Amino acid sequence: MSATTASLEPARGWTHRFRANPTSWIGVAIIVAVILAAVFASWIWPLDPLEQSVVDRLMGPSPEHPLGTDSYGRDVLARLLHAARISLLIGVLSIALAMAVGSAIGIAAGYLGGWFDAAVTSLLDVLLSFPTLLLGLMVVAMLGPSIENLVIAIAITELAPFARVARAPTISLKSRDFVEAGRALGFSDLRLVVVHIIPNLLSEVVVVASLWLATAIRTEASLSFIGLGVKPPTPTWGGMIREGFENILDAPWLAVAPGVAIMVTVLGLNLLGDGLRDAIDPKVRRD
Amino acid sequence: MSAHPILAVEGLEKRFAVGGGFLRRASQVHAVVGASFTVAERSSLGLVGESGCGKSTLARCLLRLVEPDAGSILFEGEDVRRMDGPALRVVRRRMQIVFQDPYASLNPRRTVLQTLAEPLRVHGLARGTEIEERVAAAIAEVGLPADSARRFPHEFSGGQRQRIGIARALVLAPRFIVADEPVSALDVSVQAQVLQLLEGLRERHGLSVLFVSHDLGVVRHVCDRVAVMYLGRIVEEAPVPEIFDDPLHPYTQMLRAASPVPDPKSRFALPRVVGELPSAMEPPAGCAFHPRCPAAMPRCSRECPTLSPVGTGRRVACFLHSPAP
Repeated sequence: MSATTASLEPARGWTHRFRANPTSWIGVAIIVAVILAAVFASWIWPLDPLEQSVVDRLMGPSPEHPLGTDSYGRDVLARLLHAARISLLIGVLSIALAMAVGSAIGIAAGYLGGWFDAAVTSLLDVLLSFPTLLLGLMVVAMLGPSIENLVIAIAITELAPFARVARAPTISLKSRDFVEAGRALGFSDLRLVVVHIIPNLLSEVVVVASLWLATAIRTEASLSFIGLGVKPPTPTWGGMIREGFENILDAPWLAVAPGVAIMVTVLGLNLLGDGLRDAIDPKVRRD
Repeated sequence: MSAHPILAVEGLEKRFAVGGGFLRRASQVHAVVGASFTVAERSSLGLVGESGCGKSTLARCLLRLVEPDAGSILFEGEDVRRMDGPALRVVRRRMQIVFQDPYASLNPRRTVLQTLAEPLRVHGLARGTEIEERVAAAIAEVGLPADSARRFPHEFSGGQRQRIGIARALVLAPRFIVADEPVSALDVSVQAQVLQLLEGLRERHGLSVLFVSHDLGVVRHVCDRVAVMYLGRIVEEAPVPEIFDDPLHPYTQMLRAASPVPDPKSRFALPRVVGELPSAMEPPAGCAFHPRCPAAMPRCSRECPTLSPVGTGRRVACFLHSPAP
């Protein structure tokens, strides 16, 4: 009992612990920079990411094109910045969807228990047994490539972690005295879940979201890389790597630039997520 | 003491399935076995026993926080067990519970105001500024500082948290309160204050109380009658003076001996019973207490004595005090 009490002790100071951790600051800085770059892409580098110029194809880095041009003569820096929009958008939307649906499934399973819980848990195990990329590939292949379908596909691949993370605390919270007290006071199940259970497990779900956002961005890039992502000419990081791959020997910057962008973004999200987790979960902190 | 019972429990049973799984049979724990008792209007009944004897389960069954398997619970003449959603909601305004652990019984993310206002809103008992007034009154009544309303549970000590828990139970103006070990998690110095608070509230509001405790000394101060539980069964039930001056059941005598007596001269020799509480999953045959009982007879390991009246106003389940078969 006392262990769960500890993890539920209020947020007194978790923001302080987060701020005191230098690595979480690096994560925050990276993510803020990536978001700003995506939002202000047209102001930062006002070249059109879609404008082709056969004369300028496969040019190396130069003052006019700091990251060179691709095989259609398009400016790589402009494409990289605009691709950040698509990648972040798909990542955030798919995680939001997975978080909403997955947590709802997990909370329902944990709260209702019994055969429903057993059935849901088994289905989640099946879902988890597929590699993320393979599952995403199957769903996109069934639905057809588009931004909406990509969001749905990536969300499906990440349902299970959210359901699991929401289910476990629901089970321990529903037998806690303050939930029992609510039941004794005549509160409805819906009120108990929404008002008394969800706010107490939200922090854990948010930590998982920040960690899995990195995976979502990677999955999007991988699907784009194998040609199941957003259709050309819309720039995405995965798509840019694939296009650059054709000229990897003549113009390595084409594949390296979006690769570094993905790596930096994923690193930033992981640092941020780790920082959040360490700050919120006192059990991990002690180790 | 009024003769009208506010609560009359008859033959209450609760079994839990333990362990088990795929193709494996779960074993059963008989947590409450045929419990029958009444709580008179404006009185308080103490329910005592060792940890794991089923007293908390019994208490929670009364409010249907745990669903009993059999028996009836008549609260103000209506059977709580037969109630469905709306009727149960209404009866829950009139019977409330105070929990043992003041750290687990309050939602850490809700202020005192939110915690105390929620029941009023849900039951539509107050609106607007009236809610804040009633919450302020409840806070004052349990002796918390007036500025408590906007604070969170973690800003309070254990004793103060327990006061918040008591205020929450009182805010709906119930008639009957189950106090499930309300002071066992508190420092001894704070225990007395909380007990005094409960006693004062009981008198002012004319409440009836079921006071669950493992501490006979605490029960002595706040209860009119005591029911002693052992491994799911009530083995003795009597008014407080009789339990303390003349305990009949050997188990009550053992509990009595374990409870410190303030005056050394008034201490009298009672059998000291040792040994552990047997597993509730495999209770001993016959009288469950016989392996630890100093007065055990051969019959005790074969038959289980029933709770039968002895003298006036007390009942005991022991062959020492029941007529021979």
